[in-house]
Amino acid sequence: MSIEVRNLRKAFGGFVALDNVSLDVPGGELVALLGPSGSGKTTLLRIIAGLEPADQGTIHFHGEDATDQPVRERHVGFVFQHYALFRHMSVFENVAFGLRVRPREHRPPESEIRESVMKLLNLVQLDVLAKRRPSELSGGQRQRVALARALAVKPKVLLLDEPFGALDAKVRKELRRWLRRLHEEVHVTSVLVTHDQEEALEVSDRVVIMNEGRIEQSGTPEEVYEQPATPFVYGFLGDVNLFHGRIHQGRVAIGGGQVDAPGWADAQDQAGVAYVRTYEVELGLSPVGDSSLEAVVRHIRAFGPVVRLELDLVDGGRTMEAQIPRDRFESLAPSVGQRVFVLPTNVRVFPRMEAS
Amino acid sequence: MTTLAVSRPATSAPRAVTRATGESPVVRWTLTAIALTFLAFTLVLPLALVFHQALAKGLADYWQAISEPDALSAARLTLLVASIAVPINLVFGVAAAWCISKFVFPGRNLLITLIDLPFAVSPVISGMIFVLLFGAHGWFGPWLVAHDIKIIFAVPGIVLATTFVTAPFVARELIPLMQEQGTEEEEAAIVLGANGWQTFFRVTLPNIKWGLLYGLILCNARAMGEFGAVSVVSGHIRGETNTLPLHVEILYNEYAFAASFAVASVLTLLAIVTLALKTLVERQQRKAAAEPVETHDTTGGIIA
Repeated sequence: MSIEVRNLRKAFGGFVALDNVSLDVPGGELVALLGPSGSGKTTLLRIIAGLEPADQGTIHFHGEDATDQPVRERHVGFVFQHYALFRHMSVFENVAFGLRVRPREHRPPESEIRESVMKLLNLVQLDVLAKRRPSELSGGQRQRVALARALAVKPKVLLLDEPFGALDAKVRKELRRWLRRLHEEVHVTSVLVTHDQEEALEVSDRVVIMNEGRIEQSGTPEEVYEQPATPFVYGFLGDVNLFHGRIHQGRVAIGGGQVDAPGWADAQDQAGVAYVRTYEVELGLSPVGDSSLEAVVRHIRAFGPVVRLELDLVDGGRTMEAQIPRDRFESLAPSVGQRVFVLPTNVRVFPRMEAS
Repeated sequence: MTTLAVSRPATSAPRAVTRATGESPVVRWTLTAIALTFLAFTLVLPLALVFHQALAKGLADYWQAISEPDALSAARLTLLVASIAVPINLVFGVAAAWCISKFVFPGRNLLITLIDLPFAVSPVISGMIFVLLFGAHGWFGPWLVAHDIKIIFAVPGIVLATTFVTAPFVARELIPLMQEQGTEEEEAAIVLGANGWQTFFRVTLPNIKWGLLYGLILCNARAMGEFGAVSVVSGHIRGETNTLPLHVEILYNEYAFAASFAVASVLTLLAIVTLALKTLVERQQRKAAAEPVETHDTTGGIIA
């Protein structure tokens, strides 16, 4: 069951939450809406669910117009950040709720309800806790109940609003993998809202990056990570250093060095912004042509397989961050206060918006 | 992510610092003694006196006072009024709390203020309002007279005045509770296909039941005990428009002290039963409120 969103617009008072957003979610895919808070991702999800009306635009489920369909007729599953479990009902009754509230003629018999609820609880590995109250469960268990409850009504699409946002980092990671496996098993079209880039990149088939009510880029996790389309995406995914400098005939001047700026051969002394990922640099004790930037080591965090260094650029006095493999660090053996040379291996240059 | 393991050295030496909010025994005992003395004089003594006075002339007279026709009629009227006013306020209170806590609309703050109005004005004035509206010389007086409808100095007036005075209890109890609970559970129910009534009866109502019961008990206590407003609109017609509190006053004014206190003791007993119920409900409510406490999976470094 695919979802097609066309030209959606939504404002809360003077604040534009969604600005002409269009989005296609192919059937069976798991798509992540990724963005900082206030980017409109949750609003988009709630409008797809029917919990919020749109000011303009349309929503189609599998080609069928659902724009004006009331929420209870849309047959969506919704998982809330804070679970929203019915606190006075047992786990079993929570999951059974969607089946029990059906009109009498569509309501399955009690034995069937029992069977399908237990099957779902089995799927989320909570069958032994069927009689417990939500308050007796851990956060991770609660969210799995919420998922089983959403799946119980056999939804056409599954919508998840920051489902792991309220959980500990470790549980979050576990549930993320588990959700991925679950999706492979159930294969229901799913939209996941998150502000956690790692979560989005790891779980989804496709990532849609949102900012200020607009979609910045959408693509597979590899695409958006390796080829960020806009400065925002570049800055949002992964640790990145940002430099302001002039672009001139395929080179950009940053931090006292001249670095290649691919795709800018025709530029004539233009203002630009260069992005360098923290791990896309090489470190040396001597300069490499005129491309390397001279810096002083300010701080070293040397644990794990990757060593992180904070460097003060000699020219301009800016601070940048670099990550180098442990063995390289050990052969170089730089110390705090030492002079080093940084060679960016991959620079992405965007024109500077004069307005901002 | 990094995890910080917080460990405390295992010392058994006595601590020099006590809890910041602790007090020395002298202060504690003095404060407790003052509170208890105050309670004894303002609450326990009067209460004991009521029963002492009521039984001053013996059990037979006591029984006589509370079983004579006028007293029985007053008791019946009190129960009747409560049994009408409380359900009205149940419906009104739930509806008002629902509107205020689950929706944002223009005039919302005005509605919150209006709900408190009966608490803010003196009950006597509340009674006067109804006399001004429905009395023979009031706004609707001529029309009511023409249609032979009696409100003031009759049961409808007493019900109206009582309902007005007790209106805030249920709503006031529910608004903060429902605001705290938010609308997520209702949203979840609707997404799962529940209609409005199903959502209300299966999700909203069970979540507020203890708070609602608590509000109803308080509302009922006030409805049975209301004096000022009812006194203004009742007309004090014995056997007809006298409620228990009014009956107590009449007997007292007639120097029938023992009888007056006997009837008063019945009201007092009702109040004690109400208090007991209230305590029971409060306990349940606290248990229900304690339930959604967050429990975390990992044993993070909790600094006690």
